[in-house]
Amino acid sequence: MNLAYAARRFVTLLLTVFFVILVTFFAFRIIPGNPALAILGTEATPEQIQELEAKLGTDLPLGEQFLHWIGGAAAFDFGDSLRYSEPVLDLIGARLPVTFSLALLALAITVLVAVPLGIAAARRRGKALDLIISAVTQIGLAIPSFWSGIVLVLVFGVMLKWFSVSHYVPWSENAWLSLRSLLLPAVALSIPQIAIVVRYLRTTMLEQLHLEYVRTARSKGLRPSTVYYKHVLKNALIPVVTVVGMNFGEILAGSLVIEQVFTLPGLGRLLITAIGNRDYPLVQGLVLLVASIVIFVNFVVDLSYAWLNPKIRLR
Amino acid sequence: MLSAPTEAPPLLDIRDLRVELTTARGRWPVLEGIDLRVEPGETVGIVGESGCGKSVLSLSLLGLLPPAMRISEGEIRYEAGRLPREGEEAFRRIRGREIAMIFQDPMSSLNPALTIGEQATEMTRLHLKLTKREAREHAVSLFRKVGLPRPEALLKEYPHQLSGGMLQRVMIAIALSCAPKLLIADEPTTALDVTIQAQILELLKTIREEDGTAILLVSHDLGVIADMCDRIAVMYAGQVVEVGTAEELFDSPRHPYTQGLLQAVPTPAKKREKLLSIPGTVPALHERGAGCRFHSRCAYATERCLLSAPPVVRVSGAGGGAGAGTGAGALAATGAHAVRCWLAAEEGGLPHAAG
Amino acid sequence: MNSGKKITLWIGLTLVALLFVLMAVSLFYVPYGANEMNIAGRLQAPGAAHWLGTDNFGRDILSRIMEGTQTAFSVGFFSVCIGLAGGFLLGAAAGYLGRWADELLMRAVDALMAFPGILLALILVTIFKPSLGQTIIAIGILFIPSFARVIRGGFLQTKEADFVKAARGMGAGHAALIFRHIVPHILSSVIVTASLCFSAAILVEAALSYLGLGVQPPDPSWGRMLNESQAYMSKAPWYALAPGLFITLTVLGFNLLGDGIRDLRDRRA
Repeated sequence: MNLAYAARRFVTLLLTVFFVILVTFFAFRIIPGNPALAILGTEATPEQIQELEAKLGTDLPLGEQFLHWIGGAAAFDFGDSLRYSEPVLDLIGARLPVTFSLALLALAITVLVAVPLGIAAARRRGKALDLIISAVTQIGLAIPSFWSGIVLVLVFGVMLKWFSVSHYVPWSENAWLSLRSLLLPAVALSIPQIAIVVRYLRTTMLEQLHLEYVRTARSKGLRPSTVYYKHVLKNALIPVVTVVGMNFGEILAGSLVIEQVFTLPGLGRLLITAIGNRDYPLVQGLVLLVASIVIFVNFVVDLSYAWLNPKIRLR
Repeated sequence: MLSAPTEAPPLLDIRDLRVELTTARGRWPVLEGIDLRVEPGETVGIVGESGCGKSVLSLSLLGLLPPAMRISEGEIRYEAGRLPREGEEAFRRIRGREIAMIFQDPMSSLNPALTIGEQATEMTRLHLKLTKREAREHAVSLFRKVGLPRPEALLKEYPHQLSGGMLQRVMIAIALSCAPKLLIADEPTTALDVTIQAQILELLKTIREEDGTAILLVSHDLGVIADMCDRIAVMYAGQVVEVGTAEELFDSPRHPYTQGLLQAVPTPAKKREKLLSIPGTVPALHERGAGCRFHSRCAYATERCLLSAPPVVRVSGAGGGAGAGTGAGALAATGAHAVRCWLAAEEGGLPHAAG
Repeated sequence: MNSGKKITLWIGLTLVALLFVLMAVSLFYVPYGANEMNIAGRLQAPGAAHWLGTDNFGRDILSRIMEGTQTAFSVGFFSVCIGLAGGFLLGAAAGYLGRWADELLMRAVDALMAFPGILLALILVTIFKPSLGQTIIAIGILFIPSFARVIRGGFLQTKEADFVKAARGMGAGHAALIFRHIVPHILSSVIVTASLCFSAAILVEAALSYLGLGVQPPDPSWGRMLNESQAYMSKAPWYALAPGLFITLTVLGFNLLGDGIRDLRDRRA
């Protein structure tokens, strides 16, 4: 891989993160009126307001506040939560594993289901199976994941009673039970993603099938499955990896909502509670962190794209 | 069959082959009445302008036709056994193992995402059941044979790291790896530089001599064909219009199209003269009339050429004298010089130096 | 293949038209008042009196769904308008001015796009109090980058086209050039983006309202209904089905419409 390319990409990464820091800072400074007043309500005494302003740092000049925020963010210090009186970072750290394992499980399900379906659709293009897959993926794209989550709970939790809903078990305690508690939300999360990847993979496969190397592979007498799964897939997957990676942000964002359906103690529930409580430092820290994770994942995906594609690798 | 029966059956025997293209506006014959034979160890050339159906013919032999095309009539026999008309599984047993193929553009014919080693070993591992290690050793020895430098290191490289000439050598090495009896080379030098072209042709000659591999060489370049082939079939608009030995075709071409092609070949003798090219273009599928397909470009065309299809006439060769054999099979007969033209049918001959 | 692609467009058009009719009807008539409570008849299963059953306050679910179409359509329509207006300003500026303006604006658009949509919307609704208006504004801002990209791309392509050069050579002013020559050219891409953003708007609104951070009662919202239904899942499973179904149908309709128009345009090109 070209170092100059990686370096250039890294500069873009830093710029984007800086932009996010900027947005998260100013977003919470343009709140109409006094943030402390907004938090405490109109019955607050002037002393209470002063105390909170000192805690929030809003009594300082704007420039100084901004330097504080950047300095803090660089050291992963986002201040203390107003509600929990704990460092924001600790609160996030405790809940990150839940959201992360949920997102990763959803990603794994997406890849496991979408790749064979995408290949099947491309192999039988124009035939019944292709049309069915195409129709089903259109519906999959339209279903809001929190609703499919509710329906899954309804069917498997309420009616069939296969899964105990709303009881999260951490990995460290019991991996099997943990998987069980995350399976339904992960399935709900992965449905639209599967639809996206299937459609994309089908298109890239069909583009590849016209290329001459496919004819060469067939002229060698290879099995059709070898031609598709080895020769074509390797080429078709390169752009698909990008799509999957770029959608990691969407999966993460989706898990923020889906946690609410399954009452999972992850970042999403923390964020929604924090917004409800007007716990600005916590909201700020959460948004910055989640956005940074997404940006970082996109960066890694970009580099892996360059690494996967042998033509780019040497340039 | 008019030709004297030979002791062994031909390696490849194409009889009255017809390939059709299905479009929204109907079915069109791409190839019609193709008869052609290849004997073991023989090199046969197929020549013609682009759009004549040469590539379709070579692809039809291995069942690699595009989805819209299919063999509708005739048959292809390989070592006296009949090849299937379609069906991926049926063709798989002969592809690569009995009949191997190399293509025009080595850059796009190899998979860009797999290493050379992977692509050079998968066929022997599948067909010859070699282990990974044996397959690699086999590939290395073949790379040496085709004159590739540092064969071991090549295994780990990707196609884009090699030049076109090297890639075509890799393609040839891969094609030879299961020791096929027939090698189909579809414009193997067209995409390469002139100096590289000569090297690749030399390599093909060496292979023919050392391994006794029969070669079906497809090219639009009569120079390439002349250099390589024992026998030549000239194709025009989906038909074979003339077939004969290299000497017969070069010394006494009977079809006006063959004559035209010969006049378009640059040779040292003709250096100062203006090269003559055949005016006009190959008729498209829907422009082919009932008569001779070449009539629109032929200097000798008469009304009969426009109205009715010319017969196939044997002008010399085994089994009879000029004009003796007509009809299906005449073009296929090994050793016969046959032509599809009214002039030949009438006069039994044509002025040699036309124009 | 041709007929298959046309089918996409027709199904999309039909779905959107049906929902539009439903919304139009709801402006004048709903079976029961959407906020008409009836504690005695709460959580009734679907039947002759209440086709889709009643909710925890005894309100007719069908009536609420019908009124919900108004919310969905207004969120979709107005947020797309905001996104289009903002995107047009940004994209046209970037595409027309080019050079550093282009570079700067497109970097900002990239950065904005790196945010997952719902996260950006969540920040915006945190700053302002959640309501129908704020939801529309938040979602509208979300769409600005998508429109800006499409419009910029169109500008860059057509700016160099011969007919635009010719018009410029004949002394056409900037405004005339943009509105008479460039805009008609990029219209189809903009319509496709608008259709796809419309469906995205409905999804985001539903998610925000489901989280309790979007449309607030008494404004009817499908997402909000889903939120309320969750507490009664075992007693009244139908309560959760109807709103989700309508969200899906609306999103499906606009997605198919967008895809259909795109296929139509691609085939012409």
